[in-house]
Amino acid sequence: MIRGLPRRIAGLFATLLAASFLIFAAVYAAPGDPAVLLSGSRQELTPEKLAAVRAEHHLDEPLVVQYGRWLWDGLQGDLGRSFQYRDHVADLIGARLPTTLELVAYATVFFVVLGVGSGVLAALRRGWVDSAVVGGTTLAASVPAFVAAIALVSLFGVRLGWFPVTGQGEGFTGRLHHLTLPAFALALSALAVISRVTRQAMAEAYASDHVEAARASGQSERQIAVQHVLRNALGPIVTMCGLVMAGMLAGTVVVETAFGLSGIGSLLVSAITTHDFPVTQAVLLLMVIGYVVVTTLVDLVHPLIDPRVAPGGKPRSKPEGKTA
Amino acid sequence: MTTVTAGALAPVRGRARRPVPVMIAGGFLALVVVAAVCAPLIAPHAPDAVDLSASLAGTTSQHPLGTDASGQDLLSRVLYGARSSLLAPLALLALAALLGVTMGTVAAWRGGWVDTLLSRVTDVMYAFPGLLFVVLVIAVFGDGLTTSIIALGLAYAPTIARYTRSLALAERSKPYIDAYRVQGMSGTRICVRHLVPNLAGAIVGYLVVLFGEGLMSLATLSYLGFGAGSPSIDWGLMVQEGQDAVVQGALLPALVPGTAIAAVVVAFNIVGVRVSDRLGKGR
Repeated sequence: MIRGLPRRIAGLFATLLAASFLIFAAVYAAPGDPAVLLSGSRQELTPEKLAAVRAEHHLDEPLVVQYGRWLWDGLQGDLGRSFQYRDHVADLIGARLPTTLELVAYATVFFVVLGVGSGVLAALRRGWVDSAVVGGTTLAASVPAFVAAIALVSLFGVRLGWFPVTGQGEGFTGRLHHLTLPAFALALSALAVISRVTRQAMAEAYASDHVEAARASGQSERQIAVQHVLRNALGPIVTMCGLVMAGMLAGTVVVETAFGLSGIGSLLVSAITTHDFPVTQAVLLLMVIGYVVVTTLVDLVHPLIDPRVAPGGKPRSKPEGKTA
Repeated sequence: MTTVTAGALAPVRGRARRPVPVMIAGGFLALVVVAAVCAPLIAPHAPDAVDLSASLAGTTSQHPLGTDASGQDLLSRVLYGARSSLLAPLALLALAALLGVTMGTVAAWRGGWVDTLLSRVTDVMYAFPGLLFVVLVIAVFGDGLTTSIIALGLAYAPTIARYTRSLALAERSKPYIDAYRVQGMSGTRICVRHLVPNLAGAIVGYLVVLFGEGLMSLATLSYLGFGAGSPSIDWGLMVQEGQDAVVQGALLPALVPGTAIAAVVVAFNIVGVRVSDRLGKGR
C-alpha cells in the first residue's frame, strides 16, 4: 500500500498535467481568433483594439505561458469568465454541480443495488433466472442512454404520469422524485456491467477449493454464499463499481440534456454550441480530474479489500461502459 | 483489474450449431442492410415530404409508423436514416482500424520509444471518460458528421492499437517470421504481407463488437446536436427532433428511431460476440 503510493501519485499528476495541457492546447489551436470573440462582434474592430484585447487577456503570450497562467489561476479557483454569460466560470459550475453530483449519487445507488443484486441472483440460481439476467443485461447495455431516457419519459412520465417530466423539484423528496427517471437512465448501462462482473466473480469464487472444503465441513449453502463466495468476489465488484461511477460524470452530459436538467453536463453542451471556450475547458477539466482521481483511489483501495492483489502493480484499465 | 468484454459471460455451449438468438440477430441485421439499400424502392413516401395536415398522426394505413411534427412519414425516414446511421460507423471504424492497426503493429515490431509513446498516448486518452475526448475535438473544430467521425476514429484508435499490439507481439515470436527474416525480407514487408493478414481475423472480430458501440456513440453525438445536421436524415437526429412531441403525448416521432437504434445495437452486440468468438478462436 505505502510502497507504491508515491509512484501512483506521481503518475496521477503526470496524467492530469498531460490531459489539462491537451484541453488547453486544443482550444488554443482552435480556428478563429479568440480576441474577436472576446471583444464582441458589434463594435468596430480595429487592429489596435484587437491588440488591446489580446494584451488584456494575455493572448499575446506564448502557449506555455498562457497554459501556466490558466492552470495557476485554476488552482486558485479562478477559471476565467464565460464568453456567453459574462459570469465567473467557477460560479456557473458551482451553481450546477450539486444537481450533477446528486444525479450521479442516485444513479450509483441504483446500479450498485440492482446490478450486484441481479448478479448474485444469477450466480446463485442457475437455469432460467441466469439466462434472464444475462439476456436482460445484454439488452440494457445496448440501449443508448438517450433512447432509454426518452422511453422512460414516454412510459412513466407521459403515459402513466408517475414521474414529472420537467423541473428540478422542491425539498428532498421532491428532488428525489424528479431525479428518479434521469438516475435510472444514467444507471442502466452501468447496471449491466456490474451485474456481469458480479456474476463472473461469484462464479469464479464458487469454483475454488475452499468452497468445496466449507461445503464438506457441513456449512449451510447460505453461509457459504455470504461468507466464502461473496466475500471473495467483493474485490472485483467494488473496483468495477468505483470505475463505473467515475465514468458516470461524463454520462451526465447526455442524461441531463435529455431530461432538461441544469447540471454541468448540460452546461458543457450549451457551452460547446455557443463556443464558450472558458466554460468548455473548465467543465472538461473538472470531469477529467474527477474521473482520474476516483479511478486512482479505487486502485489504491483495491488491495485493502482483497489482500491477494499486489498494491500498485496493475495498470489502470478503462471500464467497459463507454457510453457518455 | 477485471476488464470485462461484452462476451465474457456469453454461454459457450452450442459451438457446432448457431444459437437461435444469433440467427435472429443476424437475420435482422441483413434485413436492415437490405432496407437501407432499397430505401427508395420500399419507402411509401419521400422522406422529406412535408404534410402539415398530417402532423403527428398516429399509425394509419397511409403512415404505418405515424408522422413527425411536420407530417413527414416516419417509416420512410427510418428507412432512409438507416443509410447514414450504418455508413457512418463503417467510416469511423475504417479510420480507427487504419490508425490503430498501424500504431499497434509498429509498436509491437519496433518496441522502444514507439511502444512507450503509444502507451503514453493511450494513458492520456483514457483519462477522458466516455465521449469527452470526442466532445473536446468537436468543441474545437465545430460540429458536423465528418468531425464526429474523425474524432471518434481518433478516440477508438488507441484501443484498437493496444489490442493489435498484444496480438502482434505473440505473432512476432512465431518461427515463420524468423524464416522470412532469414530470407532477407524487410520488416515492413513481413508486417504488411504476412503479420497483419494473419491477425486480420481477430481484428475484424473485435471491430464487429466495436461497430455497435460506434453506432451508439454517433447516434448520441447526433442527438446532442454535434453530429449530423438538420437537413440530413439520421436516427440520432430524428430522436432529438421528435423529443419535443413526447411531452405533447405523441411518442412515435422519438420512439421509432430510438427503437431502431437500440434494436440494431442489440443485434450487433449479439452477432459481434459470436463473430469474435469464432474469428478469435485459437488465440
